[in-house]
Amino acid sequence: MSAEFDQKIRTTLADANLQLAIYTATGRLKAARIATVAPDVLPDYQELRTQANALKRHAIENLDHYLEQFEANVEARGGHVVWCKDATDVADFVLSLAKERGAHLIVKSKSMTTEEVDLNERVEHHGLESVETDLGEYIMQLAHERPYHIVAPALHKTRYQVADLFTERLHIPRETEPEKQTMIARATLREKFLAADIGISGANFLVADSGAIVLVENEGNARLTTSAPKIHIAIAGIEKIIPRAQDLAVFLKLLARSATGQPLSVYTSFLSGPRRPEKGEIDGPEEFYVVLLDNGRTRLLPDRGKRQSLYCIRCGACLNTCPVYRKIGGHSFPWVYSGPIGAILTPQFMGISHEPALPFASSLCGACGEVCPVKIDIPKLLLELRSDVKKSAASETADRWERLAFKAFAWLMTHPRMYELAGRMASAVAPSGDGGWIRTVPQALNFGPMKAWLAGRDVPPPPARSFREMWRRR
Amino acid sequence: MAKRVSLFVTCIVDQLFPQTGMAMAQVIERLGYAVDFPPDQTCCGQPAFNSGYRSDARTVARHFLKTFEASECIVVPSGSCTSMVTHHYAELFRKEPETLARVEALARRIFEFSTFLTEVAGVEDVGASFPGTVTFHDGCHALRELGVKSAPRRLLANVRGLELREMEPAEECCGFGGTFSVKFPELSTAMTRTKIEAIERTGARAVVSLDPSCLMQIQGALSRAGSPIRTLHLAEVLASR
Amino acid sequence: MSRENILHRVRTGIGRGAADAPAPAPPVRLRIPEVNREERIASLLARVEALAAMAVRSCDPAGVVAELIEGKTVVASNAPFLAECGVTALEGVRSGITDGEELRDLCATADCGITSADYALADTGSLVMIAGPREARLISLLPPMHIAVVPAERILTGLDELFTLVPNPAEVTSSMVIITGPSRTADIEQILVRGVHGPGKLAVIVAG
Repeated sequence: MSAEFDQKIRTTLADANLQLAIYTATGRLKAARIATVAPDVLPDYQELRTQANALKRHAIENLDHYLEQFEANVEARGGHVVWCKDATDVADFVLSLAKERGAHLIVKSKSMTTEEVDLNERVEHHGLESVETDLGEYIMQLAHERPYHIVAPALHKTRYQVADLFTERLHIPRETEPEKQTMIARATLREKFLAADIGISGANFLVADSGAIVLVENEGNARLTTSAPKIHIAIAGIEKIIPRAQDLAVFLKLLARSATGQPLSVYTSFLSGPRRPEKGEIDGPEEFYVVLLDNGRTRLLPDRGKRQSLYCIRCGACLNTCPVYRKIGGHSFPWVYSGPIGAILTPQFMGISHEPALPFASSLCGACGEVCPVKIDIPKLLLELRSDVKKSAASETADRWERLAFKAFAWLMTHPRMYELAGRMASAVAPSGDGGWIRTVPQALNFGPMKAWLAGRDVPPPPARSFREMWRRR
Repeated sequence: MAKRVSLFVTCIVDQLFPQTGMAMAQVIERLGYAVDFPPDQTCCGQPAFNSGYRSDARTVARHFLKTFEASECIVVPSGSCTSMVTHHYAELFRKEPETLARVEALARRIFEFSTFLTEVAGVEDVGASFPGTVTFHDGCHALRELGVKSAPRRLLANVRGLELREMEPAEECCGFGGTFSVKFPELSTAMTRTKIEAIERTGARAVVSLDPSCLMQIQGALSRAGSPIRTLHLAEVLASR
Repeated sequence: MSRENILHRVRTGIGRGAADAPAPAPPVRLRIPEVNREERIASLLARVEALAAMAVRSCDPAGVVAELIEGKTVVASNAPFLAECGVTALEGVRSGITDGEELRDLCATADCGITSADYALADTGSLVMIAGPREARLISLLPPMHIAVVPAERILTGLDELFTLVPNPAEVTSSMVIITGPSRTADIEQILVRGVHGPGKLAVIVAG
């Protein structure tokens, strides 16, 4: 485990206020989800999951076909598709377009994909202003932090911290009421929307048969981002593709419920191409671009099992239900994606050496797989990634002792007599505990796993006889 | 109905909680089954599998297959170890069709204890008596991989004098997670503290589960906190008269 | 360059040739329940109210609107239905705007935007707005209040019926938006605040 990962986990666990904030927020989202997918509310929930899984699987198995179909349909409606292999490609495209059009101000709606490629930093480095407009993302941008949670970016911030941020960065009197803080953001960002040259959004879905992007949101900032400026750029991973607009009837029913427990989010926008003045459309952008981003996604395709990681619709349900996320929060995770989905995406996008301990930071309780609306078998993938980590060259040295220990374990477990003998020896050297559970062991035994266990738990006293001995004596 | 039952008590029960194994044998024998204990048994291999050492896990799994090949019906006092055999052995032997066939045949004959009672033996009242209030902790693998939810509750409902008070949430992990518990000790015990708060809110004097490893985690933390609440395997409750 | 590169990597990854026909897609899944007109209206009104918006059924929608907009500056869309039921003739209502810039400036300062809706969804309390000569994007977005006057016969059961009637929205518009309640956020301490960017007040008037 990297010292950084270890440190972040410890710091988060030690912060009582943060612990309460994470647990309460995820608990609310979790309860809301459960209520909206209950059998009496959504009787065909499981069928919808099965269909969503089948559609995603089909889309990925025929990905090139659907990407080309999508591209043709976007172009047919006067939009443009831009293929980008990585972060640099995306930044280059945005910067060159901005330069050609003389653009200075960009408004952005929430997009995990743009977090992936550090878009704001990259374009701001070249003198453009890029403003996040989702309230949570705006707070994160002011704080120079990355989103804490896929759907609730500022989940860890209290109103007082927001007040400090607003005072410091916006130079306004301190305001601690969330309602008033929200209105401050509204007023500030409204000016940006009306002045912006370019709006950049993500996309929840790319619809192949329509050449459309779909955006799901509650605030209206994505609508403003895609309606007010003259240029709209949508940036999406290639895996966001679904075959048909009609499939949205399945995905939309699952997405908002899984994310926030709403039957539908407040605004679901289906956008295909720029404004069509010839059809009498009065407003909307004059230019429409869709960036199709690879950024490591194609690396996941060859393995039939692991490619299901690309089915993710970024609802965040696995985070809210994960007992690990609910303790260590979003910033302990080593990359932009946190929680169970982050634990499987990060090693696959960034390589397992990015943080080899990540797939192991799970009790394998399976809650994530149970709530996933597209049925990604996250626990199974965690197990596979654990195996990949141990098969890596780095593990040969890093895990030298552990590898030996498991070799010894396998040998012992296939030699029952030696196993029994080892058990007897262990109980002979263990302290008796006088019948109670043991709190301390002699220094000689207090190392490795024993020491780790004893850090927070007592150890069961060794029984007078093992089960097999008792059984023989019956 | 298979009248002979082989016990797979698991390494943790064998070495640390033999009373759980004895209680399970007792309950099953009272139902008229002949119970045996294949003496070569050790572990299912899950610790190696979950830690990423698939080759070592495979070695242990092969031993398990050989040991229990002749058993008609195998009963296990653990949802997690049962699930290792029924849900994960197939992954280990994906590339060995012959072994895979043996795994599949064995997976049909191996049962988690409460499932064995309710589905194989067809019993929900074993004639047990246990005065007092208890709460029930759902082990994650029993719950989510094996789908065991109502069986232990139905069995507990028929225990004389016992009152079951559900904790909220009952379905959240206790924090054990095998080697996770020692690789991330602070995180693991933080999860257990949350579990214990849920247990304490019920006012129960004991927490019952199907998995000895969850119980070890919970009891270890209860003991450390000096709590009077104790942990019991379902078999121990059902063996009480 | 990137295009060919990415498509090549995709094809290699999934094992498809450029000329291969795609596998048949899973059948479309659309289930439309039988719900009569009165039940649809009742459901829509109940759902809209549950979203903390105002919901009324009225034979005199213009009368209801008049009360709601008293003293306000108002922009109304070019939906013929609004003119038919007399809403555009109300005092203080600007309508008939076809210039984008003009509309934007008006919406940015108006107290209220009035639209009709192409459809409404009974099971979620949603409005479906299709951008075109009748409905613009910004009227339901920029002003702090949005009033939608919807003929009862446009209330559909839900998403499945919508996507049955409009199987490919891209053929009819560059923008279809489904509005379900007033704009909201809960990004600060999970406290629900309405009207963060879009209208914080929403009124749905079912005509008929």
